[in-house]
Amino acid sequence: MNPNYLDFEQPIAELEAKIEELRLVGNDHELNITEQVDKLRNQTVKLTESIFSNLTAWQVSQLARHPQRPNSLEYFSRIFTEFDEMHGDRHYGDDGAIIGGTARLEGQPVMVIGQQKGRSVQEKVKRNFGSPMPEGYRKALRLMEFAERFRMPVLTFIDTAGAYPGIGAEERGQSEAIAFNLQKMSSLKTPIINTVIGEGGSGGALAIGVGDHLLMLQYSTYSVISPEGCASILFKTSERAADAAEAMGITAHRLHELGLVDEVLQEPLGGAHRDLDLMSAHLKQALVRNLAGLQEKSPGDLLDRRYKRLMSYGNFN
Amino acid sequence: MSSWLDKLVPSIIRSESRAKANVPEGVWDKCGNCGAVLYRPELEKNLNVCPKCEHHMTLSATQRIAFFLDPDGQVEVAADVEPVDRLKFKDSKRYKDRLVAAQKTTGQKDALKVVKGTVEQVPVVVAAFDFTFMGGSMGSVVGEKFVRAVNVCLEHKLPLVCFPTSGGARMQEALFSLMQMAKTAAAIEKMQQERLPFISCMVDPCYGGVSASLAMLGDLNMAEPGARIGFAGPRVIEQTVRQTLPEGFQRSEFLLEHGALDMVVARQDLRPVISRQLRKMMHLNAA
Repeated sequence: MNPNYLDFEQPIAELEAKIEELRLVGNDHELNITEQVDKLRNQTVKLTESIFSNLTAWQVSQLARHPQRPNSLEYFSRIFTEFDEMHGDRHYGDDGAIIGGTARLEGQPVMVIGQQKGRSVQEKVKRNFGSPMPEGYRKALRLMEFAERFRMPVLTFIDTAGAYPGIGAEERGQSEAIAFNLQKMSSLKTPIINTVIGEGGSGGALAIGVGDHLLMLQYSTYSVISPEGCASILFKTSERAADAAEAMGITAHRLHELGLVDEVLQEPLGGAHRDLDLMSAHLKQALVRNLAGLQEKSPGDLLDRRYKRLMSYGNFN
Repeated sequence: MSSWLDKLVPSIIRSESRAKANVPEGVWDKCGNCGAVLYRPELEKNLNVCPKCEHHMTLSATQRIAFFLDPDGQVEVAADVEPVDRLKFKDSKRYKDRLVAAQKTTGQKDALKVVKGTVEQVPVVVAAFDFTFMGGSMGSVVGEKFVRAVNVCLEHKLPLVCFPTSGGARMQEALFSLMQMAKTAAAIEKMQQERLPFISCMVDPCYGGVSASLAMLGDLNMAEPGARIGFAGPRVIEQTVRQTLPEGFQRSEFLLEHGALDMVVARQDLRPVISRQLRKMMHLNAA
């Protein structure tokens, strides 16, 4: 079992391993195995296409949390130049789970803010596995107000299992920190584009997710509660997470159908982690395009549009 | 109350007991805190606060508004807004069936009731959550009715008082529920821009998506004594941090101490305290 592949990807991993083996054999014996390798490569592509053409909501959820899933910093370094990280909420501390700072997008000054889960064990601990504390949300808001003041658009990258449920987080007002961001982002006088790059975990995701345009990568998810959490409450066992994921409709495509997400960005075959540069280029292009559209609007129009969009959420008779 | 006892006692006593039986069934309530057995009419007169230990028990949205507002001139707002099951959500039960059951037991269409009226002569709009309606969970209808409450305030230059009590966002409406957090928060921002007061008085229990949106955004954040208020529930926190939670954790008094609330107000004081605040905030003469 290859840990870099999920359960349902194992047949792909096996093929890849065979190709690798053949190549090693080829190197040793100076045999011409190109034809064989090409054949296997084609097979891999076909297999991957067929597996990925029919993913369940639960499988997408696993992809969104894939150990190799590209994170905010990896996108920052490929999409922006001159990223200068800014630290701290000016009141309590600096939360590693939320990163942000000024950068340039094709030369234009922007504010970028993202949740960062971390790659190595050490980094994961430093970043609290991407689950922000109140000071993280307050830092994010400080950066957004900075952006408003210096007329920079705000680009947020969402990737969190949720806001951290801990004693200190409660003592320092996790609810208030999230609520206040929602309120202030609704009237921030600068364009905001939100992109869900991995896991959009509930209020902890939404707290940097209010804006003018919501993008989701194809295999990212966005939900009110984790499938496991929903299953343990409504199905009485977390083992029915797959059913909960299906019922809640947490995938980018489903949410786009429901009108909750503006745009779904296609991922490279096998997911964003299989070709990070391609994914980054694609995301960059979408950010540039949408930003141009939003920056044409007057500040008043922008905020009216944002308010109408927020008010349109919901189904009732 | 008809039982084998009826057959044994003489008819004259029976009729007497029947007169008493006119009192609706379940005349007695037990205090969830101190265990005292309480006579319901007396308990209701005391606004569902235990006379023995001051424990504040649940009030329905209707009861809450009935005691909080002056009796005259009440007009319900957006009473006709009804939930729909867009996702055809089904867990152990269908969401549709859960809605019908909740509507039957509460007599409400959803978990928020909005009424325009006066509190000690101060004009106000009140939005009260009903915890007995699917745990006061916030879905599309709650979000929409809250926004309509705000719209009435904006139109008539009125303050808004909300009594949130909720388990959080309504899972059966999935991401639509989550978005109600942003929707209600944005509406509150409009209130602030117009300098119209918004008072949030949290009621036991108040958690999750409701706590992390409209409930914490009051110009004044209040809570009833002993109310449990937080982002994450205590069980989730215990499982995450593997520690016993400190005494009084997430109670109103704990939040007051940590700076999240302006004041903790006993139920019987809510009318005078809130109306007095509103008079100052709206520059009305003192009562």
